[in-house]
Amino acid sequence: MNFRFNTNAANWRLLPNGWDVIAFPLIICLIAMIAVGFHQTMMPIASLKTQAISLDPANLPEYAMRTTLRMLVAMVVSLLFTLVYGTLAAKSRRAEKVLVPMLDILQSVPVLGYISFTVTFFIALFPGRVLGVELAAIFALFTSQAWNMTFSFYQSLRTVPRDLEEVSRGFHLSPWQRFWKLDVPFSMPGLIWNMMMSMSGGWFFIVASEAITVGNNSFRLPGIGAYLAQAILGENLHAVGWVLLTMAVVILAYDQLLFRPLVAWADKFRMETTRSDSAPTSWVLNLMRRTRLIHQLLAPLGMLIAVAARIPLHLPRVNWPRPRGLPREKISRWGDIICVVLAILVTVYVVYRVVAYAQAGVTLGEVWHVLMLGFITLLRVSVLIFISSLIWVPLGVMIGLRPALAGKVQPIAQFLAAFPANLLFPVFVITIVHFHLNPDIWLSPLIVLGTQWYILFNVIAGATAFPNDYREAAANFHIHGWQWWRQVMLPAIFPYYITGAITASGGAWNASIVAEVVQWGSTQVSAHGLGAYIAENTTAGDFPKIILGIAVMSLFVTLFNRLLWRPMYAYAESRFRAD
Amino acid sequence: MQDSNIAPIIGADPKALANGNAILSVKQVSHGFNKTHGELLILDDVNLTLGAGEIVGLLGRSGSGKSTLLRIISGLITPSSGEVDYLGKPLDGPAKGIAMVFQTFALFPWLTVLQNVEAGLEALGVATAERRKRALAAIDLIGLDGFENAYPRELSGGMRQRVGFARALVVDPTLLLMDEPFSALDVLTAETLRTDLLDLWSQGRMPIKSVLIVTHNIEEAVFMCDRILVLSSNPGRVVAEIKVPFKHPRNRLDPVFRRLVDDVYAKMTARPAGDTVKKGLVLGTRLPHVSTNLIAGLIETLAGAPYHGHADMPDIAHSLHLEVDDLFPIAEVLQFLGFADVREGDIILTPQARVFAESDTQPRKVMFAEHLLLYVPLAALIKTVLDERPGHRAPRLRFEQELEDSLSDGAAKETLDTVINWGRYAEIFSYNDQTEFFSLEDVEF
Repeated sequence: MNFRFNTNAANWRLLPNGWDVIAFPLIICLIAMIAVGFHQTMMPIASLKTQAISLDPANLPEYAMRTTLRMLVAMVVSLLFTLVYGTLAAKSRRAEKVLVPMLDILQSVPVLGYISFTVTFFIALFPGRVLGVELAAIFALFTSQAWNMTFSFYQSLRTVPRDLEEVSRGFHLSPWQRFWKLDVPFSMPGLIWNMMMSMSGGWFFIVASEAITVGNNSFRLPGIGAYLAQAILGENLHAVGWVLLTMAVVILAYDQLLFRPLVAWADKFRMETTRSDSAPTSWVLNLMRRTRLIHQLLAPLGMLIAVAARIPLHLPRVNWPRPRGLPREKISRWGDIICVVLAILVTVYVVYRVVAYAQAGVTLGEVWHVLMLGFITLLRVSVLIFISSLIWVPLGVMIGLRPALAGKVQPIAQFLAAFPANLLFPVFVITIVHFHLNPDIWLSPLIVLGTQWYILFNVIAGATAFPNDYREAAANFHIHGWQWWRQVMLPAIFPYYITGAITASGGAWNASIVAEVVQWGSTQVSAHGLGAYIAENTTAGDFPKIILGIAVMSLFVTLFNRLLWRPMYAYAESRFRAD
Repeated sequence: MQDSNIAPIIGADPKALANGNAILSVKQVSHGFNKTHGELLILDDVNLTLGAGEIVGLLGRSGSGKSTLLRIISGLITPSSGEVDYLGKPLDGPAKGIAMVFQTFALFPWLTVLQNVEAGLEALGVATAERRKRALAAIDLIGLDGFENAYPRELSGGMRQRVGFARALVVDPTLLLMDEPFSALDVLTAETLRTDLLDLWSQGRMPIKSVLIVTHNIEEAVFMCDRILVLSSNPGRVVAEIKVPFKHPRNRLDPVFRRLVDDVYAKMTARPAGDTVKKGLVLGTRLPHVSTNLIAGLIETLAGAPYHGHADMPDIAHSLHLEVDDLFPIAEVLQFLGFADVREGDIILTPQARVFAESDTQPRKVMFAEHLLLYVPLAALIKTVLDERPGHRAPRLRFEQELEDSLSDGAAKETLDTVINWGRYAEIFSYNDQTEFFSLEDVEF
């Protein structure tokens, strides 16, 4: 009986089953498309000029593939960056002091600003190859994705439970082994959630970064963004419609094929030992787990990773010759001082060089002018976040308190947040031009078009998480009307709202660069503001002014975060959390 | 065993009380969720009356719908059928004068103690000065002076529940409802709170006319209540009404007190377990989530001194610090698996269980597997299906769907999870939680 059973088991493992029929072609085709896409990036740059973007919808699947591929590459790079930077920041006390504030500033710099800076650099890096422009686009994506992932990873590393840390020390794991056995698995759920958020944000920038104009250089990378730019230039509404459709399909596919499986898979890394009632599920993951052939193919890969993680790699420990007679603490003190002095020197030097460069093209009056523009954009961002809060907070609460409805609306809101709103900009231009509206007012909604959904879905999440006992207590004590909002509901959703509003306002600042100047064919509509200033100078290729604009915007975003959102968040955390 | 003056009065006529000083009466209330296969009843034809000046206990095990009944009485839930009369008028939504104390306290964490207590008064439109005065008086009454400006998270569980009481008392309710108010507290704190509350009640310092406590703690019910209503499980019905004739303060160690506790235990074990065991388990019987460690642990305890295979349920609950909701399911499972008999509040090990207690791990597993396949039809079914299928694999869904014909979704899931746990221990099948497939891999016998 035992024998018969074993042979049987060995047999079925090798036979393909029904699921393989679907899964196998899916994976093979994905690999093939990646190969083709990569091959094309190695072509000379002149091919970008000869291969004009065609508005034929039949080309859209290929363009979508190219765009998707860029996203994927940027994601992989972001992941590597996260693992290295996060580890450095968490493990080295000295590095932490510099790296964490740097990360904070890096994420305040508008993403589109990075493109203006880096295009010329990357083209110089690979002269005459498409790869240079590709890298510039990918770098822009990287800057939109990496920072929050790194923060999440760093925070996870700092909060690894003490007992697990002690166990890994008790087992004499080398730092390399510990990294793969403890650090990475522990931070996985947070990291994957942030990857999803990054990806949502990234669509906005990929569309903006595929058609770049810096000074006399204009580049169109084959992709959805370039297709859209071409459609706008040709005033082709049909083509815009096709782009919208393609984008929707691509985002849904990414969600279903990549993130759902990842989230469902990462569920096993959660620290709680109790099973949640609604464990995330994914049909793709089930497919992969239940198919025999795919499982067999993936098994060696898993083995490889497992073996790599087990290598007892001891990093060579640098033992500086210790001067005799000096206690360890004293050396450490001196080390600290040297580090700080070095950091200050580097900063002073960099600032000096940049200021010297920018001074050539920028007067003090210009700085003043840009600051004023900054205030205009600040006003625009604040007013619009306020207006969208007025709309979405009550609606979000209404939806969140009805679980059936929330279940339906939540994925839509998340989809809308991922959907690059700049695809819809042409519609606004046409309307503004047609009705002769004031662009300073009517272009403003564009900056929250894509990011307002963060407020909605966070508020829905907050209202859904509202404990039923509180609802019953409120009903039992007849609390209703304004008192209900003031004492019961608003405080309950406040932390969630703040999370949403921070994301929304960050996105709004970024969006201002593309939203304050909008084009439709030869018609250009522009509003006054810092975003428009940066956009116009990027087109003109005036680097000192680009630097000034971006510096001022980063300053505004940093101050806005430090003076408003950070304290609000801390307040929400301390006052409104139950425990 | 029964004393004449504590003889339970079963099925007391509600009208007899309704005509007198009834505060609230529940008439033929049934409640259930609609399911495709028909209605799964939570409450079935429940009648009860709360009179002035009495504390009534609703006693039942988890799944008896006692919390649902409390929410129907408070007006938070509208029953599927039947009606609730409050002060002679049909109840329509949360009524003024009915205040509730929650098991989880349900204090708003962003409001201070004072603000939490004032919230109910503010909702009634009481003027600010008056509000402050009454809230401070309630805080004073319940022993919270000095904590007015604290936030709930700064308080211990016992203090939080005091805020819960103050919040309920400040609105001068006619009827006070309590949903397992002491079950989230430690033993000492719970006892202090109970006696404090009873003191306020017997001294007449609260304006409350009547109190209804939901609990699964038999001693608590006998300690606090004037009348206990026992609810059966699945669906909930009032199966017994027991008068508690003792004066406050009551002494838990008094033999008469102990006898009444024993009596209630017997009432609660008699029905549900007795029926099923005579018929034996069927495929659709709901199985509570009891781990094999608990099963083995209780068998070992019962087999050893001082019980030697025969124990009084209240005794064993007391010495193991288990409450009804913890002990009954384990006892029931022992009975299902042919390891014990439960009658009239006593539990008696079978000879097989004594052998089990003296065996080592492997013989225990073999024995457990035999009993499992013999007495639990679901385990036998899974084993048969796996044996018959060519690949010796079967998806979880296959069994879950079969169970859902006779159980609610949650109960079907719980039952299957329980059998998976038992089957893994007995090594009669293996189960992969990620693929949700049963198989015979790694099964040795």
